[in-house]
Amino acid sequence: MNPEKVVFGFFIVLALTLNFGFVMGEMDNPAHHHVYELFAVVVVNLIATVLKFGDRTQMGAVLLATSLVADLQLLAAVLVWAMAEHVTGSGLTPSVMASIVSLTGGAVLANVISVVLLVIETVMLRR
Amino acid sequence: MENIVFLAFRRMRRPLITLVLTYAIAVLGLTLIPGMDADGNPWHMDFFHAFYFISFTATTIGFGEIPYEFTDGQRLWVVCSLYALVVVWFYAIGNLLSLVQDRSFQQAVTERRFTRRIRHLREHFYLVCGYGETGSALVHSLTDRHQHAVVIDIDPNRVSALRLDNLREFVPALCGDARRPLHLLEAGLDHPLCQGVVALTNDNEANLKIALTSKLLHPDIKVICRADSHDVEKNMLSFGTDYIVDPYDTFATHLSIALYAPGLYVLQEWLAGKHHQALTEPLYPPSEGHWIICGFGRFGQAVDKRLRQEGLQPVVVEATPDITGVPEGTLVTGRGTEADTLREADIETAVGLVAGTNDDANNLSIIMTARALNPDLFIVARQNLQENDSIFQAVDAQVVMHPSSIIANRIRVLLGTPMLYEFMSLAMHQDDTWACELVSRITAILDDELPEVWEQVISESEAWAVSQSIESGQVVTLGDLLRNPQEREHRLACIPLLMLREGAWITLPEEETHLKLEDRILFCGRHLASRRMSWTLQNGHALSYVQTGEARPQGWIWRLLQRRKQGQGSVDE
Repeated sequence: MNPEKVVFGFFIVLALTLNFGFVMGEMDNPAHHHVYELFAVVVVNLIATVLKFGDRTQMGAVLLATSLVADLQLLAAVLVWAMAEHVTGSGLTPSVMASIVSLTGGAVLANVISVVLLVIETVMLRR
Repeated sequence: MENIVFLAFRRMRRPLITLVLTYAIAVLGLTLIPGMDADGNPWHMDFFHAFYFISFTATTIGFGEIPYEFTDGQRLWVVCSLYALVVVWFYAIGNLLSLVQDRSFQQAVTERRFTRRIRHLREHFYLVCGYGETGSALVHSLTDRHQHAVVIDIDPNRVSALRLDNLREFVPALCGDARRPLHLLEAGLDHPLCQGVVALTNDNEANLKIALTSKLLHPDIKVICRADSHDVEKNMLSFGTDYIVDPYDTFATHLSIALYAPGLYVLQEWLAGKHHQALTEPLYPPSEGHWIICGFGRFGQAVDKRLRQEGLQPVVVEATPDITGVPEGTLVTGRGTEADTLREADIETAVGLVAGTNDDANNLSIIMTARALNPDLFIVARQNLQENDSIFQAVDAQVVMHPSSIIANRIRVLLGTPMLYEFMSLAMHQDDTWACELVSRITAILDDELPEVWEQVISESEAWAVSQSIESGQVVTLGDLLRNPQEREHRLACIPLLMLREGAWITLPEEETHLKLEDRILFCGRHLASRRMSWTLQNGHALSYVQTGEARPQGWIWRLLQRRKQGQGSVDE
């Protein structure tokens, strides 16, 4: 067992599960999407990205790319949240919530690809 | 090189993750700890403000307690996280900076930038390996003629010296080992515009390796090598190196031409000289009598052999004959810098002296001593280092030979105007009166600067008008090209030296020669003449003017009018 692989797999899967958990619930209902959860998603995603640095293989390059996509989506969601709460002062209206959730939903897709790639790699190693 | 970049990224993982985690914990803590707003109501900081506060605290900027004054609980958390953040921040930044300053990383970055620059080159260039005396002289003379070069040298000092050199064109330089194929490839060996590789390092083995690599990886380019021993020369020839230059042999041949064919020597000096240089006077060294050669190294040996071939009996002065070997003729042991040794070699009756040791100070000292003993000597001085230029000029020897620049010039001629190189080789078989005649013909057309030498090919792109005319069956002679397109009675100030037609060389082609397509002609003359001639070559009207003396009407209407006029004229008759 390679401890590096454990940590690697742990963060990638955790990024997906947290992200999925945040998206769950009614799309435009602020009560179903907690800000702490989004915070956790962002932090875990950033760590997952950094962990993917410096891998020479083709698989590593694609993994890094999916992570960067997820980061970008999450960053956009966070910005929308901060703008709505503090800059425009409109608060979390259903339409704002919907756009935040849809942006994070995109990040879920990127994270799913990450996990699928990870699984494929593991299976190939088995053989 | 690629490895280094990946390694750098890998090494960035730990500091970055530490940074992300510490930030996350500090931000999370701030949002969880209860605070108080301005009115004393309980209040929780939101993520936006927490991140803002942590960002400026971590970088030790500190804008104060924002948006409301903190409670003691918050302050406790801030104190803890502040120390953690500052330490982590400096750890991460320091780590990243040290990574960037890492020497191997820097080298990788420079190499990558260099490779990209080479890939984007859009002009023909030569790859010069070794930027020593010869290499720098070659690069200087190439760039003076607006040709491009790329340099590899193993010594970083020389590469930075190149950046300081005042070169006419930009010359990309890589500090690397040219023996490694990777570095040659990075410097553009397989670039489609690479015209040739010149191996000029002072290491025979390295030159051999460079020649071999170049011939294997890019077989159709010119490879020119420097070789000091005949053994290595043979080895290089065996796999098809195009030209091999032996500095000592080249130099000895040069000297013997100066001694026995002054006309040819002047011709060579003029044709291969630098631009805008003043004309040099022919020399007449004594070709009979008593010669003294000081120094019997590889250089002295080559000169000695050559002088013997010409029937002279030179006396050799050498300090360590047990190392260098003993000459066939008379040997005087000593350095030659002191009067006793020179007297022993009969300096009083000598006509010529070759100061040919590998030490410039000794050579100069030999010349000064010899002059004092016999002021009428014809002196040939060997200059080893470029930096001693001024003192060699001051000592006023009849011939100063700087092997590096002689070789550099030879290679430059080879690369820039290969036909001139061929012309020189052909001229060696002619006698000296032929050369003197040519020199006086050249003198007649020049003012006081050296002639320019250029090659002209009769082809669609280089000579549109002439090739059209030939294709339509008309006759264009070489003499037509030599007429001035502004005033056809006048002749352009240039002389055709050599013509290449279907693989055959014709020296000094006749003016009546009918031109054919794909002829290559080598001209020498004034710079202005080459520009005038390109009018005749490219412009149909200029061509018909120099051929017939008539200025044909140029526009469509005028042509129509002239045709009608001609038609009427014929009807009238």
